[in-house]
Amino acid sequence: MKIVVPVKRVVDYNIKPRVKADGSGVETAGVKMSMNPFDEIAVEEAVRLKEKGAATEVVVVSIGVQQAQDTLRTAMAMGADRAILVLAEESPEPLAVAKVLKAIVAKEEPGMVILGKQAIDDDMNATGQMLAGLLGWGQGTFAGKVEVADGSVRVSREIDGGTEEVSLKLPAVITADLRLNEPRYASLPNIMKARKKPLETLNVADLGVDTTRRLTVVSVAEPAQRAAGVKVGSVAELVEKLRNEAKVI
Amino acid sequence: MNETVRESMEFDVVIVGGGPAGLAAAIRLRQLSPETSVCLIEKGSEIGAHIVSGAVIEPRALAELLPDWKERGAPLNTQVTAEEMLYLTETGSLRVPFLDKFMPHMANHGNYIVSLGEVCRWLATQAEELGVEIYPGFAGAEVLIENNRVVGVATGDMGITREGKPGPNYQPGMELRGTYTLFAEGCRGSLTKQVMAHYDLRKGVDPQTYGLGIKEVWEVPAEKHRPGLVQHSFGWPMDDQTYGGAFLYHFGENLVSYGFVVGLDYPNTWLSPFEEMQRLKLHPAFRKHLEGGRRVAYGARALSEGGLQAMPRLTFPGGALIGDSAGFLNVPKIKGTHTAMKSGMLAAEAVVDAMQSQRAEPATFTQRVKESWVWEELRTARNIRPAFARFGAKKGAIYSALDAMIFKGRAPWTLHFKHADNEVLKPATLTAKPNYPKPDGQLTFDRLSSVFLSATNHEEDQPVHLHVKNQALWKTVNWDVFRAPETRYCPAGVYEVVDEAADPKLQINAQNCVHCKTCDIKDPCQNIDWTVPEGAGGPNYPAGM
Repeated sequence: MKIVVPVKRVVDYNIKPRVKADGSGVETAGVKMSMNPFDEIAVEEAVRLKEKGAATEVVVVSIGVQQAQDTLRTAMAMGADRAILVLAEESPEPLAVAKVLKAIVAKEEPGMVILGKQAIDDDMNATGQMLAGLLGWGQGTFAGKVEVADGSVRVSREIDGGTEEVSLKLPAVITADLRLNEPRYASLPNIMKARKKPLETLNVADLGVDTTRRLTVVSVAEPAQRAAGVKVGSVAELVEKLRNEAKVI
Repeated sequence: MNETVRESMEFDVVIVGGGPAGLAAAIRLRQLSPETSVCLIEKGSEIGAHIVSGAVIEPRALAELLPDWKERGAPLNTQVTAEEMLYLTETGSLRVPFLDKFMPHMANHGNYIVSLGEVCRWLATQAEELGVEIYPGFAGAEVLIENNRVVGVATGDMGITREGKPGPNYQPGMELRGTYTLFAEGCRGSLTKQVMAHYDLRKGVDPQTYGLGIKEVWEVPAEKHRPGLVQHSFGWPMDDQTYGGAFLYHFGENLVSYGFVVGLDYPNTWLSPFEEMQRLKLHPAFRKHLEGGRRVAYGARALSEGGLQAMPRLTFPGGALIGDSAGFLNVPKIKGTHTAMKSGMLAAEAVVDAMQSQRAEPATFTQRVKESWVWEELRTARNIRPAFARFGAKKGAIYSALDAMIFKGRAPWTLHFKHADNEVLKPATLTAKPNYPKPDGQLTFDRLSSVFLSATNHEEDQPVHLHVKNQALWKTVNWDVFRAPETRYCPAGVYEVVDEAADPKLQINAQNCVHCKTCDIKDPCQNIDWTVPEGAGGPNYPAGM
């Protein structure tokens, strides 16, 4: 079985994002970028399935700017076999991404697509679901555990208040949640080897997908600063403040 | 962890550190000898992640290395257009007249205000185009020495737990073996320190003296922004025994770089470089530039201030020290990028010589440095910093003006540094506590909110990378005599004293460390040893730093 893993290049999770002075978005020029952490988990899971013998090949795909090839190289250093870079504008909308992935699936014919449940930049949480819908495949979202059996896959889904077990017929789309696994380090020898693994570059136009934006960003703002706390002198004062200032009792 | 077999790989040249010196050396090597395999490692998560500098740079070395740097899109975009040197009193300031006469080294005509991190990222793309293999996120943790020759370095193990055992994600380090190894770790490199000790490279030279630079980047309203303006200051809040000053540069898109550098030979154990840096922003000369803006970045780094008198032997069998690892900073000019780059280029040339003649030591490096403009520059600058150490700030300033005007740096004598920075602290009972204002959250801030802006991160489950060699010594010296100076000089809040009243103990919050190396330098008994943490740890300085 072949597994396709889409990965996204996002602002590194250690970086405090800075809103552009004109409020049009988040500053990305010169900011450290790396693989979306949920996608790292997806890559790790695919590589583990291959190591267990449940998969034969892991193909990573990224849709975005030229520099996304660094992200693909990282995925290959973790153990993916080859990579496809689909050149497009930075951070296309989920529906456009899902359509591009559908075209890649048609080309690659994988038995499974594993991707992060959401990207940490826009937190959309939509691409996996949209892709399953466009393909007419089953979906196992928020996966905390994945077990492949003959022609099907069992997924433990993390839901409010517990887990839900679903069994899906393959091919299927799975989105990775935080507790699915702990991704490995890309070791230096593997990073060196990954530089020699194949990386194919396509243009989004070649795939015949319309990526025109359908959403308009009205404005982006940082969360309001929290006001400093105050110490109250007595219970009576606290009750008074809760009643008259916070108006919660 | 040495039982596990490490993978190893052979290169002609291994370079430790992706700053201006290391990158310039890599580029020069491939220019001179395109067949030479060059591998460069960097402990930061990417090139530029650990770079902190003012920075006003002189493009001299860059123009020699890549004469078409403009066409190649080097990020040198703001030329210096106006320049002021201020002497500060607590509330006022005097502008030094005829700057080019009294302080000719401070004239910045033709120089550029840059983000050195961005310059390094750009240099890395140039190096990669020439075929240099660059691996960020891997720290040089061990020098490999065989038959008294340096034969490369090993990267640190990844995935070691706090207890020092291999965890589930354990990956052993890798040996990067090089016919020649260049150490470009910047000031007080941890491997450089081992190499200096092994080959006794500091024999017969003055003790190195250091400074600590703390920097912030501000985004200011467009109407306040004066791109190209350079402002330097000295005087308040430093006393006469303390060497220090501040810089403020307007550059880029509404950015202002503000920083403060203090000589680490300061005697007052109560001094807090971080709080000095914060309170200086309240002075009218700085407030007027920053008010109404917002702080977008924070960082700190030690720098070598000893100049020629403190420069170690530069070469040893199998390699050389370059850049600030060796101490190529020009202190009165407060610039080191051009000299660091030039030192890297000269070392590359010497390595090519050594390869051709099959010598273990790239010994022509020293000669090349002596015949270059770097030597001339550092020679004329050599007496200024030690004059401040010897005569204090006021008389030191007068000396340096006379040195510049009368001798033009060619005085027939050379002043020396007598003490290492860790030897000059005075006991807590003999020094006065400065009264630092509380942070206002507008212009001034505390340490933790500052470290937050440096995007510093270390994998939590790893051994503490700051080693206190002798805990008992900490109590009897650091606490009893000096009242824990590390809690004040550390700009990142790494050191904390807990249980102060009953049984004081030192707590080390190693995950906050911004890799400035000050503790390794200033600890009174040299009882703190800074070692590299897991690769990719440390600050992630954004664009603008």
